[in-house]
Amino acid sequence: MTSDATRGPAAEGVADRKLPPVAEIAVVSIALMLVGGVYLAAQLPGHPALALPVAMVAAGALLTVADMVLLSRIRPFAWPTFFLVFRWGLVAYLVIAGLLGYVFIHDHTPGAAMAVLAATLVVFAFDVPVILAFTVARFQNPGQAGR
Amino acid sequence: MTQQVAAVPAGSESNPPPARADFEIVPVRGLAVVAVVLIGLVAVIAANTRWGIDFFHIVGGGMWTTLDLFLGFVLGPILGRLSIPARIEVTTRLMPKMLLIMPTVVVCTLAAGWQLAVQTGDIQTSYSHHGWVVASMIVVAVMAVVALGILEPANLAVLFELKKPRPDGQVIARLMRRFIYSAGVTGAMQVATLVIMTRLATA
Repeated sequence: MTSDATRGPAAEGVADRKLPPVAEIAVVSIALMLVGGVYLAAQLPGHPALALPVAMVAAGALLTVADMVLLSRIRPFAWPTFFLVFRWGLVAYLVIAGLLGYVFIHDHTPGAAMAVLAATLVVFAFDVPVILAFTVARFQNPGQAGR
Repeated sequence: MTQQVAAVPAGSESNPPPARADFEIVPVRGLAVVAVVLIGLVAVIAANTRWGIDFFHIVGGGMWTTLDLFLGFVLGPILGRLSIPARIEVTTRLMPKMLLIMPTVVVCTLAAGWQLAVQTGDIQTSYSHHGWVVASMIVVAVMAVVALGILEPANLAVLFELKKPRPDGQVIARLMRRFIYSAGVTGAMQVATLVIMTRLATA
């Protein structure tokens, strides 16, 4: 159905490669951050129970580390494109996480809850660029320079 | 709609491969506008002025809901029916702007919304409609998973594919299908947001 003339060089192999579920794992991590974040925010401005949010952050951070291990083992991969998107994505989502963190600091969120929220935002701000960069890079030819 | 999107040919004798488009993936000039808006948001929260916070929440929320509903239920289905060249034209003009607009609108809505709820006391667990407030947080969380996990990555990957010397029509069709589905889901979630927010506003 698809003639070679219509697809980029080596695109057949690039688009159909079987890769580890890096984006899916990062999405699960983000979902855990959101569960913990919503649970915490729903109990503010009082002193919320921290067990569930701490468990969510810990699980999300572990998933993120596991994700990085899986990612680092992919050979070959369009690393220049990955890092190009990751770098700018990280800047953008650190700004967004920083703004959300600023609101909670401004409202004098209790120290322990603020620490958990900050950790939640850090994991969140790291996971989103991973999803963006991986989704873009997986369709690029390995070894291709980032633009 | 789905069948039409799925039927997008990757290229054939009658359908040549998508031509390489000339566009910026991230409109650099738009970053200045984003910076001004975010500085305004920080200033308004720092000053804690009711009108300013209300402005950012209402304008941001209105734009967010409208864009999601419009993309999910109006533009998405239209996009699925367009010819490939027309779809590429729309995509390369619309999507880069959406990369800047959506995160900005979302962060303005959420940050100002939280501050507004602090001012009005709506986030207090003792507030009689606190359940609706928590429901709005859950809806936002679901939308965040869909938007950050599917919609935005697909959008970005399509733009990178279109930047290639010879874009792959099948990859674009696959990613656009994800984009159109997820835009529909966030559109549906925005209906829930409208119900919750109108309930809260009239409580």
